[in-house]
Amino acid sequence: MEWFALSPEEWNAVGLSVKVATVAMVASLPLAVAMAMLLARTDFWGKSLLNGVVHLPLVLPPVVTGYLLLLTFGKRGLIGSFLAENFGLVFSFRWTGAALACGIMGFPLMVRAIRLSIEAVDRKLEDAASTLGASPFWVFATVTLPLVLPGIIAGMILSFAKAMGEFGATITFVSNIPGETQTLPSAIYTYTQVPGGDANALRLTAVSVVISLAALITSEVLARRIAHRVVANRVVE
Amino acid sequence: MTLSVTIRHARPSFDLDVAFESTGRLTALFGPSGCGKTTTINVIAGLLRPTLAKVTVNGTVFADTARGDWLQAHQRRVGYVFQDARLLPHLTVRQNLRYGQWFTPPALRYADEAAIVAMLDLSALLQRRPEQLSGGEKQRIAIGRALLQSPRLLLMDEPLASLDEARKQEILPYIERLRDEGQIPIIYVSHAVDEVARLATDVVLMAKGRVVEAGTVQNIMPTLAAAGDELGHDAGTLLKMRVARHDTENDLTILASNGDELRIAGHLASTSDDIRIHIRAADVMLATAKPIGLSALNIFDGVVETMTNTGGPSVDVMIRSGSMNIAARITRFSAKRLAITPGKRVYAIIKAMSVRHPSAPQNRKTEAAG
Repeated sequence: MEWFALSPEEWNAVGLSVKVATVAMVASLPLAVAMAMLLARTDFWGKSLLNGVVHLPLVLPPVVTGYLLLLTFGKRGLIGSFLAENFGLVFSFRWTGAALACGIMGFPLMVRAIRLSIEAVDRKLEDAASTLGASPFWVFATVTLPLVLPGIIAGMILSFAKAMGEFGATITFVSNIPGETQTLPSAIYTYTQVPGGDANALRLTAVSVVISLAALITSEVLARRIAHRVVANRVVE
Repeated sequence: MTLSVTIRHARPSFDLDVAFESTGRLTALFGPSGCGKTTTINVIAGLLRPTLAKVTVNGTVFADTARGDWLQAHQRRVGYVFQDARLLPHLTVRQNLRYGQWFTPPALRYADEAAIVAMLDLSALLQRRPEQLSGGEKQRIAIGRALLQSPRLLLMDEPLASLDEARKQEILPYIERLRDEGQIPIIYVSHAVDEVARLATDVVLMAKGRVVEAGTVQNIMPTLAAAGDELGHDAGTLLKMRVARHDTENDLTILASNGDELRIAGHLASTSDDIRIHIRAADVMLATAKPIGLSALNIFDGVVETMTNTGGPSVDVMIRSGSMNIAARITRFSAKRLAITPGKRVYAIIKAMSVRHPSAPQNRKTEAAG
């Protein structure tokens, strides 16, 4: 296993990727749940447009998304300069920018999984809870949310996996700086561009496969445990 | 206990316009499917906001849309037992039971968990999850859950409709106890005559989104039987009787009314109250000569008063025997063969086993248990 020993730089890339993907997933979760509720439960003027905007990162070339991020969240971008001045939050050429890019790329996947799950919830159960005294907030917290949990987990895993593999938007927005914005895919790309980097690229590829598989298996186990509780008896009833 | 309901709700396909008042312990909303019963109690529960509503329960205004008053469903403390129990699938039975209680302010809690669990026989089920329960068990838990929230009013929407006969018999005595303990008014939606006859103190008869008649069950009884007839099922006779004595040796109860006696199977606890008995017309046999060597225990001789063609293969025959009117549904073929015509002397035969007062076999068990 000697050949498999990763160099500190490579460990850096692995650690950074996991950090970026986790932050992207966790930070976009509440927004995705809110967006999914909005799209699944309400009807308003411009809903199709909003739905289209949410799904845009799915169909746009990642480079375009990255460039748009650079324009809006960059140092001189409208939102980027505002956040930098008022909150000291800088995205351009930082790992936070990588997380933002990954979060946005994974957002449509997450919203979609959660929305489908919300649409499958039996509204009659929510009615029953409200006659038992639960206000809309408590109905959401104690009935809707637990029943939607399998969809939330599926959405989180999709978002995480997307973030682990995100390349185009990230490299366009925050470049490829070792130790700051060089995630696994960027590192692999770099190795493939230098002579004799094949072995390194292959090692990181293996790491990438292992992490992605682990994420998928974890989600499968979690989803099955919850689905057993939630979905099974919905079928029976 | 007073309940006052006025609802107007216009929809393209259906128009609901009902108003009724009731002071009864259990008010039955009775009528065919699609007549607006469920819509009515959904408005009372606050799940549906109609064009116009005025709902008052024991002086509390739930809704007065003319004045812009509308309490949300969760602010009404109305216990609602749905036809499909609607237990929360991700919670255990115990958590389901306590769900509503948790939202009731402590000062307003009057429900006694131990008593409710005991009354509904739930103690063995508390650790289970909804998917491991039978339909009857689910419905009992749904009732318990509604009671544990200390409701001001209990709504029951055909709680027995999705259950088979055995499960119905399992639940009915519990509902009777709720009615008789009389802590809160109950509104009970049903399209089954025998359920209404057995449970209701007051009846609101509905059809096509309107109230046809409303009043105490005694006053509504004749209409009720006719309405059941219109519904095409459960047509029969409703008799008001009292327990005269028990034949303990043979496990029979003898009911009496104005000198007429009716023997029914099982031990029916004697109460001072009148007992309402529903005899399905299809369960009544007719004979032109007094039968001998027959297992049926009740033979009434009487005179045919009217005969109504039901349109199908059967004919409804009304027989007057003493003070009782008994309806029998026989085939047109039999009526012709026996030459049954108004004025003819016949014998109406009723099996003791077929009389529908289901608490008869149940009560014995309850008494033995304690």
